[in-house]
Amino acid sequence: MSPPLDAIKLSNAQIAWRAAQDIEDGAYVNLGIGFPEMIARFQPEGRDVIYHTENGVLGFGEAPAEGEEDWDLINAGKKAITLKPGAAFFHHADSFAMVRGGHLDLAVLGAYQVAENGDLANWSTGKGGVPAVGGAMDLVHGAKRVAVVTDHITRKGEPKLVERCTMPLTGLGCVTRVYTSLAVVDIEGGHFVLREKIPQISFDDLQAVTGAELKVTGDIADLSAPEF
Amino acid sequence: MDKVIASPAAAVAGIGDGATVMIGGFGGSGAPIELIHALIDAGPKDLTVINNNAGNGHVGLAALIEQGQVARLICSFPRSADPKVFTDLYLAGRIELEIVPQGTLAERIRAGGAGIPAFYTPTSYGTELAEGKPVAEFDGRSYVQERWLKADFALIKAELGDPLGNLTYRMAARNFNPLMAMAAATTIAQASRIVPTGGINPEHVVTPGIFVDRVVEIPEPKQEEALNREEAIYP
Repeated sequence: MSPPLDAIKLSNAQIAWRAAQDIEDGAYVNLGIGFPEMIARFQPEGRDVIYHTENGVLGFGEAPAEGEEDWDLINAGKKAITLKPGAAFFHHADSFAMVRGGHLDLAVLGAYQVAENGDLANWSTGKGGVPAVGGAMDLVHGAKRVAVVTDHITRKGEPKLVERCTMPLTGLGCVTRVYTSLAVVDIEGGHFVLREKIPQISFDDLQAVTGAELKVTGDIADLSAPEF
Repeated sequence: MDKVIASPAAAVAGIGDGATVMIGGFGGSGAPIELIHALIDAGPKDLTVINNNAGNGHVGLAALIEQGQVARLICSFPRSADPKVFTDLYLAGRIELEIVPQGTLAERIRAGGAGIPAFYTPTSYGTELAEGKPVAEFDGRSYVQERWLKADFALIKAELGDPLGNLTYRMAARNFNPLMAMAAATTIAQASRIVPTGGINPEHVVTPGIFVDRVVEIPEPKQEEALNREEAIYP
């Protein structure tokens, strides 16, 4: 019997740290608004990563100091940003040409549900209210890899990794890797393939909180991250 | 040729009831606040507005919606830090909403300006936003047909303008503005500074003047974000 999940699971910062370790030097990357934006904070030293934001900037850096914001210089989350040397501005059609045209190496998004066939649901709970899609449906098509960062289960304890999404879809068969609070899972051939799990949880207990079969095709590495 | 107009009020003249109006900007960045406020003063009703968002707070697009002038909104993301104006009207069934994925919105506007009536995109394939749209397969992958978007008027925000209507933009305030300039029958630009013809290096022109009909100078334009931090309300 594993300890309670809340006591052992990775924090969002730790999930973001783990995702950041896989971003290679020289990559062009789009980080979805909210949780995925945190990944930029954990970019390993010595790697040049160029971040794209849908509203027309390549090569942006950290947030400016409070009071130093320029509201003509924001990211897709409408937060103030700064520029790194070599940054570029462009209009929205060019920005999404970069997205759909296959020019980004990686897009990282949040998720309500991810299915074992790579389907993603992350834009609408389907329960009414005001619908809003933004750039999510574009980002899942075109980036060479589409990764998801997410808690492994919902606040109510339901699996977010499922056989088939029941919420409105963002894209079909688009996700290639999922970083969760308990595991790192690849999507290959219509299946979840377990690559890493936190050592404090047993395979059986991890499977029990996962809504589809976790395949094992090789060694399962320990998933760990520094405390933040 | 001189496309310079003396005031925002004169610049928005002729926008009547039922017009389709593209409004530039992404959130507050690149939003032509002074032109939107002039449109509120002019008072046309039953507008269809095309913008990425639905306004924030009680200024700019949110104020135009709050005044009851917008019957229909075409946008990708009607949420914001303070989306109360739009949310209340939408949930009360008093404003129509068409949600369009952001890249599709940009490309539909670009297509409208470029004379391309429809195109195929992978975006939204297999989702509820593709329902009812033609689908076709190209090289083994499925794509959704999307149609162009055009407007009667575009309100856009530029950094430099000249009497011929040539424009430059400031940083990420460019966003939808150059696309909308192409896609409207009448494009109205506010520029932070108007320079004499020849005052913009041709290498630096982003929107060539052929796409622009009217230019009005608004020095030190208001920023939606700054207005909202002051809790400003318009009018």
